Amino acid sequence: MPRLIKDGVIVEDDSPEVLDLEQWLACSDRTQRAVVLEPGETLAPLIEHLDEIPLVMINFPIFMDGRGFSYARELRERGYRGEIRAVGHFIRDQLTYLARCGVNAFEFDDESELENALDSLGDFSEYYQASADQPQPLFRRRA
Amino acid sequence: MYVYDEYDQKILDDRVAQYRDQTERFLVGKLSEEQFLPLRLQNGLYVQRLAPMLRVAVPYGLMNSTQLRKIAQLSRDYDKGYVHISTRQNIQFNWPLLAEVPDILAELATVGMHAIQTSGNCIRNTTTDQYAGVATDELEDPRPWCEIIRQWSTLHPEFAFLPRKFKIAVCGTDEDRAAIRAHDIGVELVKNEAGETRLKILVGGGLGRTPVIGVAVCDFLEPKHLLTYLEAILRVYNLHGRRDNKYKARIKILVKAMGIDDFRAAVEAEWAHLKDGPSTLTAEEIARSKSFFTDPDYKEFDAATAQADLDEQCSRDLIFANWVKRNTVGHRVPGYRIVNISLKATGYAPGDITDQQLELMAELADEYAFGELRSTHQQNLVLADVDISRLYSLWQSLQSAGLASPNIGYLTDVICCPGGDYCSLANAKSLPVAEAIQARFDDLDYIYDLGPLDLNISGCMNACGHHHIGHIGILGVDKKGQEFYQVSLGGSQAKDASIGKILGPSFKQEDMVAVMEKILNTFVELRQDEEPFLDTYRRVGIDPFKERVYAKAD
Repeated sequence: MPRLIKDGVIVEDDSPEVLDLEQWLACSDRTQRAVVLEPGETLAPLIEHLDEIPLVMINFPIFMDGRGFSYARELRERGYRGEIRAVGHFIRDQLTYLARCGVNAFEFDDESELENALDSLGDFSEYYQASADQPQPLFRRRA
Repeated sequence: MYVYDEYDQKILDDRVAQYRDQTERFLVGKLSEEQFLPLRLQNGLYVQRLAPMLRVAVPYGLMNSTQLRKIAQLSRDYDKGYVHISTRQNIQFNWPLLAEVPDILAELATVGMHAIQTSGNCIRNTTTDQYAGVATDELEDPRPWCEIIRQWSTLHPEFAFLPRKFKIAVCGTDEDRAAIRAHDIGVELVKNEAGETRLKILVGGGLGRTPVIGVAVCDFLEPKHLLTYLEAILRVYNLHGRRDNKYKARIKILVKAMGIDDFRAAVEAEWAHLKDGPSTLTAEEIARSKSFFTDPDYKEFDAATAQADLDEQCSRDLIFANWVKRNTVGHRVPGYRIVNISLKATGYAPGDITDQQLELMAELADEYAFGELRSTHQQNLVLADVDISRLYSLWQSLQSAGLASPNIGYLTDVICCPGGDYCSLANAKSLPVAEAIQARFDDLDYIYDLGPLDLNISGCMNACGHHHIGHIGILGVDKKGQEFYQVSLGGSQAKDASIGKILGPSFKQEDMVAVMEKILNTFVELRQDEEPFLDTYRRVGIDPFKERVYAKAD
């Protein structure tokens, strides 16, 4: 079974079948299906179904396309609590940014990257901005 | 100025360690060229024509003498003993080794400096008025707001991979010295009818291939909403800015495509979810930021007597008097003046400064200006708080180091990018053109007679020399492998900002001095009284200039 990083540890992938946005919206048993978001799609139709989604995958066809960062952040801001998984061609140097935007799972094409990627999750120990894992910006926390 | 606490330092140290690891992985082949590229760019490292170039951030142009001494030392230890002040108020090393950059960054971090986001498709160094806090025409000091934006934009998780670079400038004066209308976002401090501070937010300005003047997206934003409003703008841009063509990827293109009203509506829709959230500024945070930009310990003395002494010194030494007139500016505190240090001596690349000059400037900053120094987007330096009774001795020190060229704001105060001599993006060299013009027009009386004149030179379309907003702009272009120069007239970076109009077909490098002569002669002939160049141009238009410059010899 393929492996991935989820909530800071390496686990086996037990994800449900993955549908694209259009298929997922049309599907009758949505709570059993994951949905994948591609750059350029709009989140709007998903917002009213946030409670029904077990897993949102955000695809990065190229790592320089930063739209996925906004998708993750918006999903969390609107109250989505399920899994958000980055898939595709993001790189480990983006992990802290992705995690702070609310991505909690990372699936790499090359599984040998997983151990090293875990290290990258700890690249930073302090941040200025509010983020999914620290809703208070530094200026509200400064002693 | 702002002082790092343990949190700021921790973030910086973590970043240095992260970049060191990235460099090591690149050098052993674990990171590809393509993957390393944006990572090194986000840390200010370009690979240039002759060597890498490292751009160090100078947040809103403010430095202390300790930082200056560190820059001087690094320029000796890792470079060739000089650095360049850029048009974003930053400092550039021209010849560092890629493998040594992590060591340079570690050293910079010991004095609270870094190269974070000085390049790449992310939010760049926020810039402001070089006279912030001391200007006589200031409504409110922009620096506390710049610092708030600096912290918010540093390593922002959502906006590190934008469609293109993103530049923010802030100003708090009537006369816009920060060119905020030429920025992706311009923030202007204004007062509402009740006299309260509000923020006017301009969006979609920019230079480059398609120069555009920014337009207002919000007229009176309550200051506490600054960060959530910026997040809303950036999110709309991140999601909808074009990514298929890098020449159409800046926010100005998106704003034009959507129209300002639809763009504003999209921002407001995003903002509805962010407004009043945790990123809303607290009164304590605004007060904390302001607490770093309070008055230095100005001495109390008889300003009138000091002024009389200065007048007397001026009458005895006309060279000094001229420098005071040309390079110093009125200060809001009586008895003080703002001193500009020109880095535009003929024969030296505009904006370049040697390690010894840097060390002297650090000494002079300690001696005369409370230990602080500023860099300007005109590529000069500023000592903001000099007591007028000490101007003469300061001038003598500057004079002995070749730092007293009395040309601030005049023709030979050329704004110029490093161009084809250094930069791998350039189509043409810019430095030899600047030098030839400076050498030809070396008669100070003549350049003073011409009045205020912004000459801006860029070696390519990326417009680092801001040629679009120069009264006279020069752009290097490539014509079938040959370097040519296109001239534009009538640009302005002031509040009445305008984009220069292209004069006509481009010229060879060796003809540029003659072209400048013709333009200036035309101006002198057509000007009324003491009229500045820009006013004459706006009155008579481009045609008389065109006729004269392109006239066939009889």
